[in-house]
Amino acid sequence: MSTERERRETLIAAIADLLDGISHVAVGASSPIPAAGAMLLRARNQRDGRPPVRVSILGSQAHNFFTNGGIELFDCAAQGRVDAFFLGGGQIDGQGNINLVGTGEYPKTDVRWPGSFGSAYLYHLIPRVILFREEHTPRVLVPKVDFVSARAITPEVPRRGGPYALLTNMALFDFDRDAGGFALRSVHPPFTPADIRENTGFTYQEPEIVRETQRPDPATLALLRGKILDELAETYPAFARTMKQAA
Amino acid sequence: MTEIVALEALAARVTSGQSLAIPVDGSGVAMAVTAALLETGIRDLRLICVPISGLQADLLIGAGAIAALETSAVSLGEAGAAPRFTAGVKSGAFALRDSTCPAIFAGLLAAQKGVPFMPIAGIIGSDLLAVRPDWQVIDSPVGEARKVVVVPAICPDVALFHAPEADRAGNVRIGRHRELANLAYAARRTLVTVERIVDRNLLETEDSAAGVLPSLYVDAIAVATRGAWPLALWDEYPADEAEIARYAAMARSEDGFRAYLSTFLSHRKQVA
Repeated sequence: MSTERERRETLIAAIADLLDGISHVAVGASSPIPAAGAMLLRARNQRDGRPPVRVSILGSQAHNFFTNGGIELFDCAAQGRVDAFFLGGGQIDGQGNINLVGTGEYPKTDVRWPGSFGSAYLYHLIPRVILFREEHTPRVLVPKVDFVSARAITPEVPRRGGPYALLTNMALFDFDRDAGGFALRSVHPPFTPADIRENTGFTYQEPEIVRETQRPDPATLALLRGKILDELAETYPAFARTMKQAA
Repeated sequence: MTEIVALEALAARVTSGQSLAIPVDGSGVAMAVTAALLETGIRDLRLICVPISGLQADLLIGAGAIAALETSAVSLGEAGAAPRFTAGVKSGAFALRDSTCPAIFAGLLAAQKGVPFMPIAGIIGSDLLAVRPDWQVIDSPVGEARKVVVVPAICPDVALFHAPEADRAGNVRIGRHRELANLAYAARRTLVTVERIVDRNLLETEDSAAGVLPSLYVDAIAVATRGAWPLALWDEYPADEAEIARYAAMARSEDGFRAYLSTFLSHRKQVA
């Protein structure tokens, strides 16, 4: 179990690092690891006397300062007041397009996922969208998605938003908006760049020397295992419990 | 005036074939009425999830009560996929109108303002535009010259939700769950269940009135104790995680769903 916990801890810390420098991050439904990453950044900045971070977690009462109902996140994003957000996808393609609807012929898709949520809108409006999908396989990371819930690049309309990075169980990619594709930034040990090549269905840029994703340092781990899991338990009780039990 | 009626009488105001708007799980979902509706064998509802749903939509779908579904997603959250939704999409059990959360809010806002459509940012490039021919991309007729998506007004026949309390005049405390007000403004009729009716006037002070939906928008109220169970009601009770997980497991098969539904309906009767 401890390796499973370590895997999650690495992802949470990687997310906190990806969010560095933002002042407001929102986290959507069913996203315990992104929520923990956002909380970790907030706690770390607070500890280090760095600028405060606002965290808005959908479905939370304690970590949600919105007072204007479900529409406020979307209005807030349209006003440029949300710096970062997370999206996933049953499929993510090499152009950064995401599919949250299903595979095969619409509407009677072979596999059906929950639906597009706010992705079609928020992808246009939030500058730092982190694509987060734990499963790193060719069936998820595809050359072309079967259904575009949200498109990464739309030259026909001005936009400030779009993909910033892609984080999976195996690796971290940067998204290059000018090139319109992903570049491998680091690989989570014990995986190797060869594992990434084998398990990624789309083409991407690979540097000559690929770095290893860093394990969180002891101080970060202490923060994560204490304060962050306690904060997280309000919205994601099952996830927080599993992480605590693994300790 | 807002009528205060029995739960069954409130449920009877929702009839087969109507469009029914419901809020997201945890925002005040009228599960007790949902059980009462399923008891009556309601059919052909056109369900509008504002902007997504979970257990409530999945139960209605599984029971065959839905003819059409407009939603941005159906999911049981931490408990996983919504099994009857997933099966229903594959079998074509209902007409599906896939959306994205802010488009549903924009449609309600158009109805709230009495205009036929509402422009909305983003969406361009999404295949949702291909499967929603009722959405259009237009050149903005005023202001900055750019393309913009417009979506039609959403005017539900009925909005249905659950809240902690109402006063005797029918004012309903919704806290900061303003999406419940958005539902009520847009809908032709609004039906609300509450944990309790209070004797004080909720509009009495600025503080208490701030989180209140006035009775003007509320057609009928019924008391339903633990009316959102097994879903959460803010400040009142958390979600019954074990029950939702049990549903998620049982509803994977048609037979399992039927077995769950029958115990769910009898459980609700015991509570009532």
